[in-house]
Amino acid sequence: MKLTGRVWRFGDDVDTDLIIPARYLNTSDPKELAAHCMEDADPSFAGKVQPGDIIVAGKNFGCGSSREHAPIAIKAAGVACVIGATFARIFYRNAINIGLPILESPEASSGIEEGHQVEVDLETGTIKNLTTGESYSAKPFPPFMQELIAAGGLIPYVSRTVGRE
Amino acid sequence: MGMTITEQILAAHAGKEYVEPGELIFANVDLVLGNDITAPVAIREFRKIGAKQVFDRERIALVPDHFTPNKDIKSAEQVREVREFAREFGIVHFFEVGEMGVEHCLLPEKGLVGPGDLVIGADSHTCTYGALGAFSTGVGSTDMAAAIATGKVWLKVPETIRFNYHGKLPKWVGGKDLILYTIGCIGVDGALYSAMEFGGEAVAELSMDGRFTMANMAIEAGGKNGIFFVDEKTLAYVEGRAVRPFKVYTGDSNARYAKVYEFDVTKLEPQVAFPHLPEKARGVSEAAGITIDQVVIGSCTNGRIEDLREAAQVLRGNHVNKNVRLIIIPGTQEVYRQAMREGLFEIFLDAGAAISTPTCGPCLGGHMGILAKGERAVATTNRNFVGRMGHPESEVYLAGPAVAAASAVKGEIAHPEEVIKA
Repeated sequence: MKLTGRVWRFGDDVDTDLIIPARYLNTSDPKELAAHCMEDADPSFAGKVQPGDIIVAGKNFGCGSSREHAPIAIKAAGVACVIGATFARIFYRNAINIGLPILESPEASSGIEEGHQVEVDLETGTIKNLTTGESYSAKPFPPFMQELIAAGGLIPYVSRTVGRE
Repeated sequence: MGMTITEQILAAHAGKEYVEPGELIFANVDLVLGNDITAPVAIREFRKIGAKQVFDRERIALVPDHFTPNKDIKSAEQVREVREFAREFGIVHFFEVGEMGVEHCLLPEKGLVGPGDLVIGADSHTCTYGALGAFSTGVGSTDMAAAIATGKVWLKVPETIRFNYHGKLPKWVGGKDLILYTIGCIGVDGALYSAMEFGGEAVAELSMDGRFTMANMAIEAGGKNGIFFVDEKTLAYVEGRAVRPFKVYTGDSNARYAKVYEFDVTKLEPQVAFPHLPEKARGVSEAAGITIDQVVIGSCTNGRIEDLREAAQVLRGNHVNKNVRLIIIPGTQEVYRQAMREGLFEIFLDAGAAISTPTCGPCLGGHMGILAKGERAVATTNRNFVGRMGHPESEVYLAGPAVAAASAVKGEIAHPEEVIKA
């Protein structure tokens, strides 16, 4: 699947409190969470992000809490994909588990700037910067994770194996 | 090539003789944990799976602790969802206000985690139980949902980084200082995806409470788990508590390490992590003169009895500075009772501190001590991210209980020796 979108740029070590502050964790409603997405990093983000946009960040994106509300907020805000130099481990598995596409690529992270148009091929991990013409490749997912992603996340994957009687 | 303690525990729980870093496994879990923020999402995902029962109603722990006693209507609704699920599925270890504690103080105390266990929790500080020689790691709500249905979790076997602490611990230097110093050296992603294995004679000196503090903050270096070897202190702790038989793993002598760090702690100062990352750790002397508005002593990092004793030692005969609010939060009901019995509450009250029922509360900016714009706090908690304890323009300095108590007395960040009255 190919995605094309406008880029919003964030720096290194963006923590889950920046992605969705704990003061909003008395709900898990995706729409409410989306309204406060990235609020403490950029208070205007939720108002300007458009469906299909792409977040490009530095290293260790999503560090901190295990709150799945973080990838849920990003996904519900309409963000199609997150590209980071590296991801914190719980955010990484949460994103895969809930079906938010993420790609790890230090080269893309350093080459892409805010406002660039980017095309992402999720199957091959190829990232094209349509603004500069540059191309980057993301680390491919191991086969098991590809299965999870293909199934639509962990719950559909597990549902196949758990008896319903 | 041999296996580290982490690899041994993962192999055993995946039904394998041998695992190596990078390998993806499906492992059996001994315990699954969730709280009032993460469990509601997990419960809804669990219902989508369509399972008619949970994998084991004695191996799930539900601990509403973040916003409890419920701070507002929405929080109350979230806890109600957890409570109703616990009743419907007969979850044995559901902890209501009055029995609950901060989850990572509570579960070891109740003997729900033992050496050699594999524990996952929908809370990032689940890595705390590595202090007991268990593999434990934080996951998200969907992982929790899958695990309460199947009793299994997918894991990538991490590489292990070994940390050796040599020398004798100076006075006022404890587990919090060692882990802040370590994160200061390697950075908030210095152990990304890795197991952090702690050893050396200086950590052997640490009590269990000090080890819980260290393992607790492995995640602040990006670690998957933090782990200690079992010794006589560990066994003394689990004796009389463990609700299940446990197994002691020792690691192979020819185990492989991605990296080995050697630290000499003999001259280490108590540490303070400056805003807004735990890696901004420096000696307390470098923080001298920074004025503060609030001090919080508690949390899954430093809410245990030894932490409160240390705070009391500094506060005895002292009074909190008139410009500072001191909030002390015992981690569990048992810690609360013990502190009361030992007369620590008398010392805290005489000093002008507020004592709270157990809750995560202010640590994550929930309630019970939120900071206003421009306010500054010293906290024994684990994160000092932007807005963590309240307003996005407030600041949190992380420290151990002795420095936190001393700072409350002085009104600015202080070394315990500056205020202590023999």
